[in-house]
Amino acid sequence: MADLNKLTISEARDRMRAGDITSVDLTRDCLSAIEGSGALNAFVHNTPDIALAQAEAADARIKAGDAPAMCGIPLGIKDLFCTKGVASQAGSAILEGFKPEYESTISQSLWDSGAVMLGKLNMDEFAMGSSNETSTYGDVVNPWRRTGDDAALTPGGSSGGSASAVAADLCLGATGTDTGGSIRQPAAFTGITGIKPTYGRCSRWGVIGFASSLDQAGPMTKSVRDAAIMLEVMCGHDEKDSTSVDLAVPDFEAMITNDIRGQKIGIPVEYRMDGISDEIAKLWDDGTAMLKDAGAEIVEISLPHFKYALPAYYVIAPAEASSNLARYDGVRYGHRAKLEAGEGIDEMYMRTRAEGFGYNVQRRLMIGTYVLSAGFYDAYYNRARRVRTLIKKDFEDAFATGVHAILTPATPSAAFGLGDMTDADPVQMFLNDVFTVTVNLAGLPAVSVPAGLDKQGLPLGLQLIGRPWEEGELLNLAHVIEDRTGFVAKPEKWW
Amino acid sequence: MLDAPTTKTPAPKVISGAREDWELVIGMEVHAQVASNAKLFSGASTKFGAEPNSNVAFVDAAMPGMLPVINEFCVEQAVRTGLGMKAKINLFSAFDRKNYFYPDLPQGYQISQLYHPIVGEGEVTVDLAPGVARIVRVERIHLEQDAGKSIHDMDPNMSFVDLNRTGVALMEIVSRPDIRSPEEAAAFMAKIRQILRYLGTCDGNMQEGSMRADVNISVCRPGDYERFREADDFKHLGTRCEIKNMNSMRFIQAAIDVEARRQIAILEDGGEITQETRLYDPDKNETRSMRSKEEAHDYRYFPCPDLLPLVIEQGWVDDIAATLPELPDEKKARFINDFGLSEYDAGVLTADKTSAAYFEQVADGRDGKLAANWVINELFGRLKKEDQTITTSPVSPDQLGGIITLISKGDISGKIAKDLFEIVWNEGGDPAEIVEVRGMKQVTDTGAIEAAVDAVIAANPAQVEKAKANPKLVGFFVGQVMKATGGKANPKAVNEIVSAKLGL
Repeated sequence: MADLNKLTISEARDRMRAGDITSVDLTRDCLSAIEGSGALNAFVHNTPDIALAQAEAADARIKAGDAPAMCGIPLGIKDLFCTKGVASQAGSAILEGFKPEYESTISQSLWDSGAVMLGKLNMDEFAMGSSNETSTYGDVVNPWRRTGDDAALTPGGSSGGSASAVAADLCLGATGTDTGGSIRQPAAFTGITGIKPTYGRCSRWGVIGFASSLDQAGPMTKSVRDAAIMLEVMCGHDEKDSTSVDLAVPDFEAMITNDIRGQKIGIPVEYRMDGISDEIAKLWDDGTAMLKDAGAEIVEISLPHFKYALPAYYVIAPAEASSNLARYDGVRYGHRAKLEAGEGIDEMYMRTRAEGFGYNVQRRLMIGTYVLSAGFYDAYYNRARRVRTLIKKDFEDAFATGVHAILTPATPSAAFGLGDMTDADPVQMFLNDVFTVTVNLAGLPAVSVPAGLDKQGLPLGLQLIGRPWEEGELLNLAHVIEDRTGFVAKPEKWW
Repeated sequence: MLDAPTTKTPAPKVISGAREDWELVIGMEVHAQVASNAKLFSGASTKFGAEPNSNVAFVDAAMPGMLPVINEFCVEQAVRTGLGMKAKINLFSAFDRKNYFYPDLPQGYQISQLYHPIVGEGEVTVDLAPGVARIVRVERIHLEQDAGKSIHDMDPNMSFVDLNRTGVALMEIVSRPDIRSPEEAAAFMAKIRQILRYLGTCDGNMQEGSMRADVNISVCRPGDYERFREADDFKHLGTRCEIKNMNSMRFIQAAIDVEARRQIAILEDGGEITQETRLYDPDKNETRSMRSKEEAHDYRYFPCPDLLPLVIEQGWVDDIAATLPELPDEKKARFINDFGLSEYDAGVLTADKTSAAYFEQVADGRDGKLAANWVINELFGRLKKEDQTITTSPVSPDQLGGIITLISKGDISGKIAKDLFEIVWNEGGDPAEIVEVRGMKQVTDTGAIEAAVDAVIAANPAQVEKAKANPKLVGFFVGQVMKATGGKANPKAVNEIVSAKLGL
């Protein structure tokens, strides 16, 4: 067993191009790693036949000298992405048995670039959640454990399956989506890199919608370089998504130079909030020092509307979701409740949705319906939209002073135990997103990069927030942190 | 510049209740299907009459992850319609979602334009009789998706859904409450249809559902409407009810009348009108409440986050304006001015673009009034009798023009012309050639007529005496001469010669 699944994308790419390994061997190693990973519950629909066929095709392309960026790289795909002929159910029972007749633009771009699909990855139902405990497939387990403690931890959410799979070397990279932090928080909880690009960079076509104005897909990888390679393939204009932007996609990998001299890094004072642990505070300070040491200029900045971001997010996202998820009505596909004699369409809707949607999704749909309803629209939805504008302006003002990027912690804490939050106030769970949601509201790119372990041996991440369309600059900064922290820790295999 | 015809405003319809007189106030929302090959946000066909669920794109069926992309041609059609109604074109507009659950609404919302419609205020002149017209102000025109069709009567236990219509582009043309009688409402609908057909932005086919109207009706006491117009304040008007989904001019009129009487009865009884949505039942000739207050929809409108605001350029609007066809009002005014037609005739001839074009071809270089008479009386009469339309007319404009030329030249009489029209209708052919070959030409040769007159006089000595005593009897000789010449003698010439020969 060569354990090729432990390679990074860039290592595997270089070795395949050199003829040193084949995609088929690499893919086989991933498939057997997946086979032994049931305890993690990351992969929920495996596609070994597709994977091997794609791997063979990739090997042929490499042999023929036609090896695009992702050629032969085995990936996991979040269940939120529609993949043709393969179950795609957003972690929800309401989409039981749904197999789309179409392929999402992003996954198609990856296949066109030669990537290999190992299967679909678990996630919080409809991407709503921060702990991956709301999936119809069951909880995802973090491959990381606290030192000397075998309590199961959350991988974060909603892209928990993606995070767990990448961290456990089941695949070389995975797609994620991020509406309020769903790429960055799980990346931080599992010691991997995750980037949410600028809103409009990646097509949303074929990605099951949660909150359309916030949703963006991005890569989750073992290294910053891998994120650059994979992101480039995922980006690009798509006429099928009206919010996709027609902008050239730069060579992100080539922008990783480690030269950040003269870059101005903002440290937002408001983020140093109560309840932030000493460890997180220290991690942030260390990260700041590393960037300074590498030649960046550090400035304090203010994002005065920071504290309103979470409330605004938890109005806007459920509002859009309540409308986006109205289509799951039992009429055309997915789950449909069985009716008693004499029952009609209203009973069909109510029971289908009560049976098909989990508790957390139902709660958000009700919140969303409420904030859009007559008499409450202005007080909630419109006010939240105004807050959103102010948050966006906070960032614009900061960038207008010459700041290139902003450094913050990715999460307020390390991964917590599965079930720990079950009885907690839902707002406690929402606090997981406190550092990440502002970015979605402002439509900015942000990357979470592992920066160290806490005292219990769990990974912690730092977040870098960039200017619109400056993902390349952001990845270069993240690479400096990756380099300087020398983060190479891996979870000890227990599964 | 053409002279604007001077028109006067019609009196509103007054309904006398048991206690007092009431006036009607009506506003309409006309839903017109945009003439386009593809739907508003998908590439699926809009063709009518296709197999159920065959014109359905993934986004129309609201499959997970599918996104709407605006069809630029539908936007162009809406702009064209706005320009045709002299309306303000909004360079910035935006789409909103109207949320409700129904099986023929797959997304669970209709994409519409509540807050920022593509077209703003305009106006439409509704002709009611020669010299009488109502100016109806248009409040807005917005683009929206049509829903599908639910079929409840095919199975005792199931309903069926056809998504072919789902996502087809509609324009909703919203009037101000400027319509004052059932007849005006029907005429408004007809005028909208005429304009849309001229513009080519909607086929106007009400049977196929291409045009439907929601009608808002309230009643007020005489004088209140004028107060409303002066202050632009709805407090002067009564509470309105909306009658949904009317697709026949006749039913629109009946529904307005019966709804107004219902409201008057309630008010005179000391009751209050509840603002609500009602349906008209033509079988019982009554309106019924569609849903109770508890069931009233809260549509939770909000900006559609899948679409960016629709921003268009003034230059593009100008380009569309430059290609606008001559519209019914202008065409009618031109026909009155250029061809000397009556307002009535001009109105008939411009009712649709094809008839107007037909007439213009017939009238080209000929007597306009004569051409109008022939097109309206002979051709339209015959088409109607034979259940044909102008597009299927067996007589072409050139043929009818040929007949009119022969009349004007004096080659044939009006009576012969009708026979000739009959021949052309049934057998086709060039009218001039038919007249020549079949010897239908009028005899204007006085020698030949004189000979015929002499023969008739010689054969009827008794009549000659009577005619000399009573010159009114001259008609007998004219008739005999016409008979003898097979009707081809020029009647005017015959008259003159008979009178001269008889010394009258």
